Amino acid sequence: MGEAAHEIALTVNGVLRRTRVPGRRLLSDCLRHDLGLTGTHVGCEHGVCGCCTVLLDGEPVRSCLMFAVTADGHEITTVEGLADGARMSPVQRAFAECHGLQCGFCTPGFLCTVTALLRENPAPSGEEVLEGLSGNLCRCTGYQNIVRAVHRAAEIMAEERAEEA
Amino acid sequence: MKPPPFDHHAPRTLAEALDVLAATGEHGKVLAGGQSLIPLMNMRLAAPAHLVDINRLGGLAAVETGPDGVRVGALARHAQVERSAGAAAVQPLLRQALRLVAHPVIRNRGTAVGSLVHADPAAELPAVLALLGGSVRLARRGGTRDVPAGEFFTGPLESALGPGELAVSAFFPALPPRAGTAFEEVSRRHGDYALAGVAALVRLDGGLRVAAATAACVSAGPVPVVVDVTAACGAAPAGAADWEAAARAVRERIEPEDDIHASADYRRHLTGVLAARALREAARAAVEHADGSAGGYAAGSRAGDGG
Ligand SMILES: Cc1cc2nc3c(=O)[nH]c(=O)nc-3n(C[C@H](O)[C@H](O)[C@H](O)COP(=O)(O)OP(=O)(O)OC[C@H]3O[C@@H](n4cnc5c(N)ncnc54)[C@H](O)[C@@H]3O)c2cc1C
Ligand code: FES
Ligand code: FES
Repeated sequence: MGEAAHEIALTVNGVLRRTRVPGRRLLSDCLRHDLGLTGTHVGCEHGVCGCCTVLLDGEPVRSCLMFAVTADGHEITTVEGLADGARMSPVQRAFAECHGLQCGFCTPGFLCTVTALLRENPAPSGEEVLEGLSGNLCRCTGYQNIVRAVHRAAEIMAEERAEEA
Repeated sequence: MKPPPFDHHAPRTLAEALDVLAATGEHGKVLAGGQSLIPLMNMRLAAPAHLVDINRLGGLAAVETGPDGVRVGALARHAQVERSAGAAAVQPLLRQALRLVAHPVIRNRGTAVGSLVHADPAAELPAVLALLGGSVRLARRGGTRDVPAGEFFTGPLESALGPGELAVSAFFPALPPRAGTAFEEVSRRHGDYALAGVAALVRLDGGLRVAAATAACVSAGPVPVVVDVTAACGAAPAGAADWEAAARAVRERIEPEDDIHASADYRRHLTGVLAARALREAARAAVEHADGSAGGYAAGSRAGDGG
């Protein structure tokens, strides 16, 4: 007996995407396999590593802990949608500048988490940064440069706001 | 791994959800935030044939605060309850506990009611509901019942929820006058389930002496263990109560187990230390609350800040 397929429509990085998925398709797999957006990484599939974090209606969530059918009708932002055209986002630039990544496996999750964190709290304290990052694992960097990158991103964003004003 | 196949139901109304649950009986399971159920399915430890996805039932997302307490709807996410200023004013223990539940990103999806139904003995919210004497409202086709916390948690990952039932909300009673709360826990890493944890509630009399003191312990038995330590700590002034005696009473009552994270003996020791700490902090908060009341403490207005 074949599994029933569900028609779903997601707005991914500003583009309306339609696809057919079985009920058990994880959002992470839908993004990667059905929509070809392999920037979202999958490490553990039980919510622990944070690699698969994407923004659902602007809020960071684990895409491995959500079925694609549940996301029907919602807006998703993946790491592919963070840059402004060819220009990297402030968070991405800060990670590059501060060496906040080595192998890059964890990076998409960190970038989405930090993007949302700084949107809600543009000048987080050291403690708030640690709390905000506590759900993302990195096996390479030792975290120091990631923490530095978050503070640097906050700085870049403040500078850009000042320039605009 | 990938989850096993199931039939996905996405009801648009509560009545429709209850119909599907009635029809699927013990083969049907509610999907709320998915932050406990989906990991279990990905690990193939759970394989429900039917999932009733309640994420479209927006009417269940309200957090209603009133003088009696806080009613949390089934679709209210941990993060939403944590942010609610009204809920924190009426019952501060909610926010104190929610800050210790998983990581912020998990709290964006996970629901408070889902955490109660999941009934993990290591989880914070079941201990909070048990300590405060709250209740869970269960609906099924043709009826609703309120189950008190003391009867709701029946074993590890087991609750009083029957086949065909949906938990529509949970009620957390308000902080009584001249009372304070605290939650203390120790976990390996921030956001992990706690090795040991204690929620405390201390109520003072008019002379600011301890009138009642209770502690609820997580990871200390098959269900949250609530210990009344009023007699152990004596009717002393809040600042001079014997919290070490209370800690001993807690250590005697709990039944922690060995596992790969910690031995039972270590858990017992830790729970006592955390109990003394949480009770002392709750007493301090109670004195502050009593001072505040003298100046006219307003226990939250009736407002549905569910957004
Ligand atoms: C990495 C990680 C760390 C975590 N750490 C903690 C922690 O430290 N402390 C903690 O308490 N929790 C922790 N959790 C679990 C988290 O709090 C969950 O959100 C919560 O346990 C379940 O809520 P949910 O809405 O996600 O429920 P779901 O996963 O959707 O459901 C869980 C169970 O409850 C049932 N259910 C849910 N809602 C209803 C309803 N309304 N009516 C009937 N049945 C229902 C489901 O059928 C299922 O059996 C963690 C989770 C992860 C992934
Ligand atoms: S893959 Fe989703 S948290 Fe690890
Ligand atoms: S850069 Fe390799 S895991 Fe983080």
